[in-house]
Amino acid sequence: MHSNGHIHDNGTGFEPILLMLLMLGLVIYIAAVIISNRRYKKWPLYRTFFWILGTLCAASAIIGPIANRAHMDFTAHMVGHLLLGMIAPILLVLAAPITLALRTLDVQSARRLSKVLKSWPLRIISNPITASVLNIGGLWILYTTELYGLMHQNALLHALVHFHVFIAGYLFTASMIYMDPAPHRFSFMFRAIVFTISLAGHDILSKYIFAHPPSGVTKVQAENGGMLMYYAGDAIDAALICILCYQWFKATRPKGSLAL
Amino acid sequence: MDFKPRNQRDQSISELRYTYSARNLWSGFLFGIGLVAFIDEAIFHQLLHWHHFYDKSTTSIGLISDGLFHALSWFATVGSLFMFADLRRRKGLWLKRWIGGVLLGAGSFQLYDGIIQHKLMRLHQIRYNVDIFPYDLTWNIAATIMILIGITLVIQTRRSLLKMKEDASNAQ
Repeated sequence: MHSNGHIHDNGTGFEPILLMLLMLGLVIYIAAVIISNRRYKKWPLYRTFFWILGTLCAASAIIGPIANRAHMDFTAHMVGHLLLGMIAPILLVLAAPITLALRTLDVQSARRLSKVLKSWPLRIISNPITASVLNIGGLWILYTTELYGLMHQNALLHALVHFHVFIAGYLFTASMIYMDPAPHRFSFMFRAIVFTISLAGHDILSKYIFAHPPSGVTKVQAENGGMLMYYAGDAIDAALICILCYQWFKATRPKGSLAL
Repeated sequence: MDFKPRNQRDQSISELRYTYSARNLWSGFLFGIGLVAFIDEAIFHQLLHWHHFYDKSTTSIGLISDGLFHALSWFATVGSLFMFADLRRRKGLWLKRWIGGVLLGAGSFQLYDGIIQHKLMRLHQIRYNVDIFPYDLTWNIAATIMILIGITLVIQTRRSLLKMKEDASNAQ
């Protein structure tokens, strides 16, 4: 009998791997800041701060009280999803990791990296439409099929789903706001339209979850989780919209008039 | 009141308004959509609890329409204000035309919400457990009034725009 929703499995064994990857990212980032600061002007402190905060947000969805409760409580699962798939990616994108990598690496390696960034596979997945489909489409599959129930019975699947939510969230954010050098750029109008449709997909899914609980989730939990996804998703996306519009505002600055 | 250029400085202001007349209208229109959606959410959903988050009679198309317009209004609120700031920066703000756009956007969205989303798609009703007819009537009449005033302002500014254009070509 599923009184609280899911079969509880502690001791999965894949969470430590995800956590170690995040910690590795943190260590490399800070090391890169220290190394590159010797050669160039100081890397802005707020970017390092964003990276640390982003790592903590992602980690809190994988380990700790939220992650533990997420196995039984759909609302806690949704808090974890918002942290891992939305808040952490925005913070990490704002930390401009590619820019940091390019200024830390030697010329040879930096050229190789920028070649990878220009390659056709990255061109395809960094397209705002592809990134949106990977991000929002992935969520639709997670919550409207059996996947959500299966995920709680299979540790590997659980880890893979969380990895996907995080990576797709990052990809989506990076395809909308350009903090790092992006070789394949799209106009503001194009990104605004794709963004609006993705946000609509997120909103529709939230209400769908409200009415149709995912496998193994009770009605009350689905209603709370759906509403949280709707309103908190809006609030976080408002930050993304402001950044995107601000970038437009800076880019369309009238040329030649200095005094305002 | 129509704006009449009296000197060189006024002349350049009217030229800027002419250049950015479309952007003034769009910024206002989008802001109007965002404003109505904000009032709808803040007052009718959150404060009064008249509107429901989800209604059992909601159709799938209603859900999709709701999601799309919700997302659009969210983006439009922020985007239109950045456009407004851009117009001010370029000294091309034409408040009368902008307000015309606001009323047009607000009225159109409210009418769409009131007739298509509430009635045809049965997304949710304005209020539950009451005779809904007076509510619907007030809702849609208010929307129509906003549209009419909006259209009037847009036409008036368009007239002075055409006049400005004519004066400019006569002067040459």
